[in-house]
Amino acid sequence: MIVALFVVLATITLGGAIAVALDRNVVRAAVWLLFTLLGVAGIYLLLGADFVGATQILVYVGGTLVLLVFGVMLTAQAPFMQLQSHWTDRLAAIVVAGLIGSIAVLVLWPGLPSGTAREGSLPGTAKLGEALLGVEDESQFPLTNLPIGAARNRPRTAYLLPFEVISVHLLVVLIAAAYLARPRLAPPPAPSQQAEEKP
Amino acid sequence: MAQAEASPRLSREHAVTGLTENLTSLGVPADWAGLLAALTAAVLLVTFVAVSALFFIWLERKVAGRIQDRLGPTRVGPFGMLQTLADGIKLLSKEDLVPAAADPILFRIAPYIAFCGSFVAYVALPFARDWVAMPLSVTLGVMLVLAILSTEVFGVLLAGYSSGSKRSLYGGMREAAQMIAYEIPLGLSVLVPVLIAGTMDLNAIAGRQKGTIVSWQVFHDPFAFVAFGVFFICGLAACKRAPFDLAEAESELVGGFHTEYSGLRWSFFFMAEYATMFLIAALAVLLFLGGWHTGVLWFDLSESLGFFGNVLNAGVLILKAWLLVFVMMWIRWSLPRLRIDQVMTTCLHYLLPIACVLLLGAAVWRIGAPRWLADGTPFVLAGLTVAGVVWFLYCVVATRGTLPTAFDPASFTQKPTTGDGA
Amino acid sequence: MNDLGPTPLLLLASGLFLCGVVCMILKRNLIGILMGVELVLNAAALNFAIFARFNPAFEIEGQVFALFAIVLAAAEAALALAIVLNFYHRHGTVDVDAGRELKG
Repeated sequence: MIVALFVVLATITLGGAIAVALDRNVVRAAVWLLFTLLGVAGIYLLLGADFVGATQILVYVGGTLVLLVFGVMLTAQAPFMQLQSHWTDRLAAIVVAGLIGSIAVLVLWPGLPSGTAREGSLPGTAKLGEALLGVEDESQFPLTNLPIGAARNRPRTAYLLPFEVISVHLLVVLIAAAYLARPRLAPPPAPSQQAEEKP
Repeated sequence: MAQAEASPRLSREHAVTGLTENLTSLGVPADWAGLLAALTAAVLLVTFVAVSALFFIWLERKVAGRIQDRLGPTRVGPFGMLQTLADGIKLLSKEDLVPAAADPILFRIAPYIAFCGSFVAYVALPFARDWVAMPLSVTLGVMLVLAILSTEVFGVLLAGYSSGSKRSLYGGMREAAQMIAYEIPLGLSVLVPVLIAGTMDLNAIAGRQKGTIVSWQVFHDPFAFVAFGVFFICGLAACKRAPFDLAEAESELVGGFHTEYSGLRWSFFFMAEYATMFLIAALAVLLFLGGWHTGVLWFDLSESLGFFGNVLNAGVLILKAWLLVFVMMWIRWSLPRLRIDQVMTTCLHYLLPIACVLLLGAAVWRIGAPRWLADGTPFVLAGLTVAGVVWFLYCVVATRGTLPTAFDPASFTQKPTTGDGA
Repeated sequence: MNDLGPTPLLLLASGLFLCGVVCMILKRNLIGILMGVELVLNAAALNFAIFARFNPAFEIEGQVFALFAIVLAAAEAALALAIVLNFYHRHGTVDVDAGRELKG
């Protein structure tokens, strides 16, 4: 059943991603991106990374994608305008796709050891929070005479510094984006004729 | 904080796992049993949402009628209860209209995205202690509900854009701006009961409120009391209900983002709206108002009565949620609509700082409140609230049958002025 | 979960990456290119989560990295969109071929 679920989710995700790449209408591409991101969130949930899956939906779908769609609407010039890509771009895309695809297949073909995958969910929100803070739940790991390097006594790495750095980073980005996107007094110029020449 | 989050009770029977076990014991292979159980849960939830929507539409029209001093639907069925069914049949038989300027694929997808954006969250909603569709609520709970609520914006945005008409686009963009702006104070105000309970698991949060009314989290400290208000207001905005219903502002934008929709597609938007209303109400009940506990009994019914106890608990939860939905409708038909700049000002200038202060205050209260304060506040708050509700009901009953003085012609002392100011 | 190895999942992540890069090459609309970037970042974060599942020593770190990747991608998308708006104000179009001032 897990395999069936994975096949369904992978179809949605990859199908959506291919549609994003190939659809020339930007708004439709945004909708296929929505399905792709929801598919990826489903795969996170399938893998047991529950918090990451919920964050993916909350941040990516509910935040980033809405931002992208707003951007599309604010910069639209004609209803459903489409821009054609040049034939050299399409050739480059095919070549690059072939290269990346062959690298991926070559690396993954021998197969990877599946390891001891545990059942159920990965460590949940509480454990993630403790990891971010660098504390451990003392009641679960009482002081015992375990040898050094045993899993239970390993000091948990704290991700507090990256967490704080990212918080400041988000603040900086917020201020920068608000400043860069501030309303201007002059209206945008008409699209120049040079854009339609052959490159 | 660690002691509140004990090891997750994975041995608890969730609806899907419980059903799966029942089916496997009947001889169905394990994988198919899981799929069948999930389908059953989904069908039950869809049925519940659809029947709720039917009931809400009738309730809305009755409430609207009574507030506007008229009767509402009375002819179709007893008390007009079958009016919604008649409306549904009418909607089904309407012409399937897609405007020529509309994007054909997006126009058709948008209602379903809007509906899924609120319906999928029901998966994580516990209706009773043992009745929750998916075990995800152990690690995720509230977060999953909030995450899925945030995807409803997309349905609105797409509907507005793909209709190919200016009014729809404006309605859609204003509505999307409102919904994403109000997600922030919504999330912050949800964090207050999560902070008090120490877990995001909705089942655990509701289970914590076992007992009489003083154990309800809304009375736990004054910050939670205000957080309930903030949550309710933000929930109103998330449902696009008045006074935040610019998207459907009939007097301004015809229909806003759903102007070009008719028939069954339009009804999907309204099912989505009522589904979100019930979701917000149920979330408020679970987080603040004691969940499925009655508030007068000091024990949990499901512990003593098993399956029947679960039925009673689910009934209590649904009744409380319906009461909150009634309050939402009451607010809609009493208050005027806010302008878009007023909507955004309310969110960013008022509710967001208030929510931040509430979060800080709740954290400080949990760490540093002296014992007598922490124990006494629920009684004070609960007592004040009960007294307020009793006084309000007394006022309603005492003034029954009388007009408000503003509408009593005998109370007019000024002569009405003529049009040209003479 | 033991009957689904890491290989199909990693192939899926590579496929996402591939589609993201192709999207970046093929699109002339700036926001289309941004969508390609989002796909690439998603593929990377998915990779972290996959290895978190299949390597028990990595289970917390993988999720934490995936979380950081998601958050940083959102921040980058916001800023990129502000730049796109500036581009639009300057050129009146979001066609990348209109941005020629630095060429030659």
